[in-house]
Amino acid sequence: MGRITLDKITKKFGDVEVIPPLDLTIEDGEFVVFVGPSGCGKSTLLRLIAGLEDVSGGEIRIDGSDATMVPPAKRGLAMVFQSYALYPHMSVRKNIAFPLRMAGMSPAEQDRRITAAADVLNLTDYLDRRPGQLSGGQRQRVAIGRAIVREPAAFLFDEPLSNLDAALRVGMRLEISELHKRLQTTMIYVTHDQVEAMTMADKIVVLRAGLIEQVGSPLELYRAPRNLFVAGFIGSPKMNLIDGAAADKHDCKTIGIRPEHISVSPESGDWKGTVGVSEHLGSDTFFHVTCEGIAAPLTVRVGGEVDVKYGDTIWLRPGPEQIHRFDQNGLRIA
Amino acid sequence: MARDVTSRRKLINTAAAWAVGLVIFFPILWTFLTSFKSEAQAIAAPPLFLNFDWTLENYGVVMERSNYARFLWNSILIAGGSTILGLLVAVPAAWSMAFVPSRRTKDILLWMLSTKMLPAVGVLYPIYLLFIQLGLLDSRAGLIIVMMLINLPIIVWMLYTYFREIPVDILEAARMDGASLKSEILYVLTPMAIPGIASTMLLNFILAWNEAFWTLNLTSVDAAPLTAFIASYSSPEGLFFAKLSAASTMAIAPILILGWFSQKQLVRGLTFGAVK
Repeated sequence: MGRITLDKITKKFGDVEVIPPLDLTIEDGEFVVFVGPSGCGKSTLLRLIAGLEDVSGGEIRIDGSDATMVPPAKRGLAMVFQSYALYPHMSVRKNIAFPLRMAGMSPAEQDRRITAAADVLNLTDYLDRRPGQLSGGQRQRVAIGRAIVREPAAFLFDEPLSNLDAALRVGMRLEISELHKRLQTTMIYVTHDQVEAMTMADKIVVLRAGLIEQVGSPLELYRAPRNLFVAGFIGSPKMNLIDGAAADKHDCKTIGIRPEHISVSPESGDWKGTVGVSEHLGSDTFFHVTCEGIAAPLTVRVGGEVDVKYGDTIWLRPGPEQIHRFDQNGLRIA
Repeated sequence: MARDVTSRRKLINTAAAWAVGLVIFFPILWTFLTSFKSEAQAIAAPPLFLNFDWTLENYGVVMERSNYARFLWNSILIAGGSTILGLLVAVPAAWSMAFVPSRRTKDILLWMLSTKMLPAVGVLYPIYLLFIQLGLLDSRAGLIIVMMLINLPIIVWMLYTYFREIPVDILEAARMDGASLKSEILYVLTPMAIPGIASTMLLNFILAWNEAFWTLNLTSVDAAPLTAFIASYSSPEGLFFAKLSAASTMAIAPILILGWFSQKQLVRGLTFGAVK
């Protein structure tokens, strides 16, 4: 079981309040991603849950019981660090065995669990090596192995993939998702990468300056961002946010339209514009179009093979159902 | 051309290093040579360098007159004991300063070091009185404690520098893995800091071995280490340079050999953290 409740928790470093009172419930078995720009407090929040930082106020409950003052060793949570944080003087086997040894488990049971974990994570051939002899991906697997053998109430991941190269990152992302499906254990995952958040999460918590901007499933956040910040943060490429006359027409301060929700035509549309740089990804093409009466260039996403050149004049039409409207305060208008 | 200049510079540097090294080493070499001379040759003018009658006589006399083994044993016990006791106190202290620093950690460290600037004789009288009161005078236990206290600032500083190099993530990982504070220090921190702890131990052992002020003032017979053994050859019956040299050679030989074999560790220990 791993239901984690944060009740009005706050964190201050000296006089600086990095987390104002915050409430959040993480259900058992959920994959929750904390996402936000650097310095938004997501890692601090994770460390508060882990017990590596003391809260300045409020209460943390794990499976109903108050864990606020419980030391990290006793919370029954496992953590995977960005730096892997493996014990460099121990073999892979001993690294994975460490939490079991600390729990006073019998050597036979330790062996059984290590073998099982090594099997799942493809580490069987590396058990007698030291962390220094492994590649980045293998080290990250060892760190995950060390976390899963204990069968914790929940896993905490602190930007675990940011030290890996792009190709490996995609592979590990899938492995972690796969692991979650298999274990059905609560996972809390911190990242600044919204693609990781979108692809892995059951529930995304978007943070800014210690405040929760929105909580919801990836598609909820994509379809109905609660404010301008979430609108700009979730989705790749970013949503186009347009002020001025174009927004006035929709009775709001700002309208938002995602690049994939704009159709392109050579002869008619709502906005006339000039094509700037285009980025060809093969499967997709992104145009940057400067439109008359709109301050910032718009990003438009179209199919892979289109014949539009730099400097061409085109017409854009936003999908009427897919326009997001925001008021003076940047909040969504339903 | 450039190559010529660098190799010439190298040659000059090497020669200069050797010259400095020889100047520093010369007193030890001279002591060593003198220990093989007769008393007359030892004070001959002009001094004899290698062209004298080599004799082991002095060593024979020294061995006969004093119980070298007992002094040696005392030196080992006092240096070893104070080192181990010092580590037991310094590891937790350095741990807390390195990993849970407070606003005053830096001040405390500097204050600790400043005690090393104090002339030892300033506290001789109170410590001497304390020793009488506690019955520690001329006891190994007493010397072990004093020696530990004298070198503690250096041990804490060195360990602190080493511990600072250890990523805190790894200690936090141990905490998350269910390790108690004791297990964290014992199974994770200490093994990772072994090279640092080893050079700290070595340096402290050498410092304690060479310490003469306290050993001469607080011991007489029972707990007297090799420093007292040397001193016993310098006084009342006049100067016997050859015998004094033989005693000195015997006193410094063990630590010199230890230092020779561990010089790599020592250099690393003393320069660690200087460059990142």
